[in-house]
Amino acid sequence: MLRLTQISKRYGDHPALAPTDLRIERATTVVLVGPSGCGKSTLLRLIAGLVTPDSGTVHLDDTLITADNIQQLRQRMGYVIQEGGLFPHLSVQANVTLMARYLRRDRNWIDERLEQLMQLVHLPPDLLTRFPCELSGGQRQRVGLMRALMLDPELLLLDEPLGALDPMIRYQLQQELRAIFAQLGKTVVLVTHDLAEAAYLGHTLVLIKDGRIVQTGPFEALARRPAETFVQEFIHAQRGPLATLTGAAQ
Amino acid sequence: MKPLWALGVVTVLCLGVVKPAPADTTVVPVPVTVGSKAFTESVILGEILARLSEQAGHPVVHKKQLGGTRILWNALLSGAIDAYPDYTGTLMHEILAKEDLHTPAQLRRALAQRGLRMTGPLGFNNTYAIAVRESLATRLRLVSVSDLRAHPALALGFGNEFMHRADGWPGLQQRYRLPQRNVRGLNHDLAYRAIAAGTLQAIDVYSTDAEIAYYDLRVLKDDLHYFPDYSAVVLYRADLEQRAPNVVTGFGQLAGRIDDAAMRAMNAQVKLQSRSEASVAAAFLQNEFDLRVNPRPQAVWQTLWRHTREHLTLVGSSLSTAILFAVPLGILAARNRRAGQVILGLTGVIQTIPTLALFVFMIPLLGIGALPALAALFLYSLLPIVRGTHTGLQSIAREILDSAEALGLPPMARLRLIELPLAARSILAGIKTSAVINVGAATIGALIGAGGYGEPILTGIRLDDVGLILQGAVPAALMALLVQGLFEALERGLLPRSLRASAQTTV
Repeated sequence: MLRLTQISKRYGDHPALAPTDLRIERATTVVLVGPSGCGKSTLLRLIAGLVTPDSGTVHLDDTLITADNIQQLRQRMGYVIQEGGLFPHLSVQANVTLMARYLRRDRNWIDERLEQLMQLVHLPPDLLTRFPCELSGGQRQRVGLMRALMLDPELLLLDEPLGALDPMIRYQLQQELRAIFAQLGKTVVLVTHDLAEAAYLGHTLVLIKDGRIVQTGPFEALARRPAETFVQEFIHAQRGPLATLTGAAQ
Repeated sequence: MKPLWALGVVTVLCLGVVKPAPADTTVVPVPVTVGSKAFTESVILGEILARLSEQAGHPVVHKKQLGGTRILWNALLSGAIDAYPDYTGTLMHEILAKEDLHTPAQLRRALAQRGLRMTGPLGFNNTYAIAVRESLATRLRLVSVSDLRAHPALALGFGNEFMHRADGWPGLQQRYRLPQRNVRGLNHDLAYRAIAAGTLQAIDVYSTDAEIAYYDLRVLKDDLHYFPDYSAVVLYRADLEQRAPNVVTGFGQLAGRIDDAAMRAMNAQVKLQSRSEASVAAAFLQNEFDLRVNPRPQAVWQTLWRHTREHLTLVGSSLSTAILFAVPLGILAARNRRAGQVILGLTGVIQTIPTLALFVFMIPLLGIGALPALAALFLYSLLPIVRGTHTGLQSIAREILDSAEALGLPPMARLRLIELPLAARSILAGIKTSAVINVGAATIGALIGAGGYGEPILTGIRLDDVGLILQGAVPAALMALLVQGLFEALERGLLPRSLRASAQTTV
């Protein structure tokens, strides 16, 4: 589905991403995970075409992504960021349907699609006329997801989608996201710094450190056969104080 | 409800502005434009010239009380006006100072080289003089200017023109070796009030000023013969002799008909007895030439309406043109850092040019009247709008811009659907600032004959008439408030509730 070949990016003197290869298979959920500033967001933004690579290529299926075709290809990608990145001046409905209306899709089709998506993300219909500033963090996230899914893209890109939510809502949305990914069968690339979230949502984890992929594989593989000591450290650090406390109690 | 009411009033006013003037179908003789300086004597003489031109069968426009000799001189050279009254001293020692002229014949030649003519002297000599209060003069035994040398502590105040021109204070100080350090420049008419109040002890006056007697002042003798002859003449364009020969003949008949006493009396009638310049001019023509002219006094509401229309036109057209240019410039500035520095720098520099200086630059290009005023107001309006647009676009969060781009919207659609709407509040705020500043700045347009509320303000200052000043100042203040209200209503009408000032947004 996605093939990244020797792709790299620098910001000034700082190498954000060393030349990297990555293949992402259709209908899988791949989670880019790692500490802050490791380059995982840059990798996602390179895929979305929001950042131009210094070297290397990205292929979507067999199409090489270029500056000329990216506009067109974006209709095959949905992009969600923290807090949803909603447009503050547009209502929920206008946010979700903006691109469909810009492409002059059929009005009935738009209405039906909106209805489907509201059910999918469990958004009550009375929120449609609200503005983003009038929603809770969790509601904003659901709207962001609806907007990304509106044109039924094959590829879903999520950058720390649940980063700003409190733990209870975050857990609830993690469960819902997992169900939605399973139900839709789309290719998903998700960025998070939370290993538990990554393990819970991802078929494949891509652990990144200092702009370099350390290890790729399912969580179990990372836990049992860590490629480097950093993998162990990262897993251990994320167990957190609570695990230590409950461990001591036993 | 207030904004709706305001909107209604402005709409009605605007309709008045765009109403076309009735078309002129008859063939008319060439119109003559007369100018006058921003003091009473000049306005009276301007009225006399205007009525004489009318008597000669030409439609006439009198551009009253233009702000300063330079403006009139340039206007005459460029053909924006055809004639105005001036003084030989001003022409020889100020305007044509570089030519080193000493006699009227030399002056005539110098004028002819520029396509200008002058009539013979009208009869009075309105030279500069230094005046002190009679009581002070008696106490300090001040008779001549030389006597001032013994009193270095005296506070002197001079009209801004006299303060700086070559034949004004600098030369006077040198010739008489005057020691005074406490010297300041101020409006000529305010100087009288300051000397009456005792804050100044000596001021410059014109020898035909009506106030000399009114304020009980003593004119000091020019014992070293410093002040040159300031005989009044009518200056006109040579081509007027072909275009309107009767008018030129009329002007010529004025030579030798107004002596010092007659001029001082006419000045006193306007300044001290509150008669209009038009009626004083009419009385003079009636007595001297047996010409019957009926000055048609306009009702207060008529002039107010005219000033309102002129003012709204100035503000409205300069502002709307400015919006058309400034918003794209602001977008460019936000897109391209280098261009942004140039654009913001340039519009900022324009803002620092003094209004009067800008007007003087523009007269050769645009003449006098509404056009140069519009151009100046347009230039002054740019900065707040450019800055509002630039700031509005720059302060949109990166996530929003990324989301719009990731959605697949092409750049122009992003600008139209996302960026400009999000910057709208800041853009509107810039426009509002420009509009309110514009209402104030437009009053200065009266200095170059653009009309508007500045006209009664200028006349009021000249005649020391607070009522007249308020006739301009109060409507201007009301208009500024109205404009403010109008834009606040617009903000409520145009912006979705999430972007209004009251909303908590995360933009």
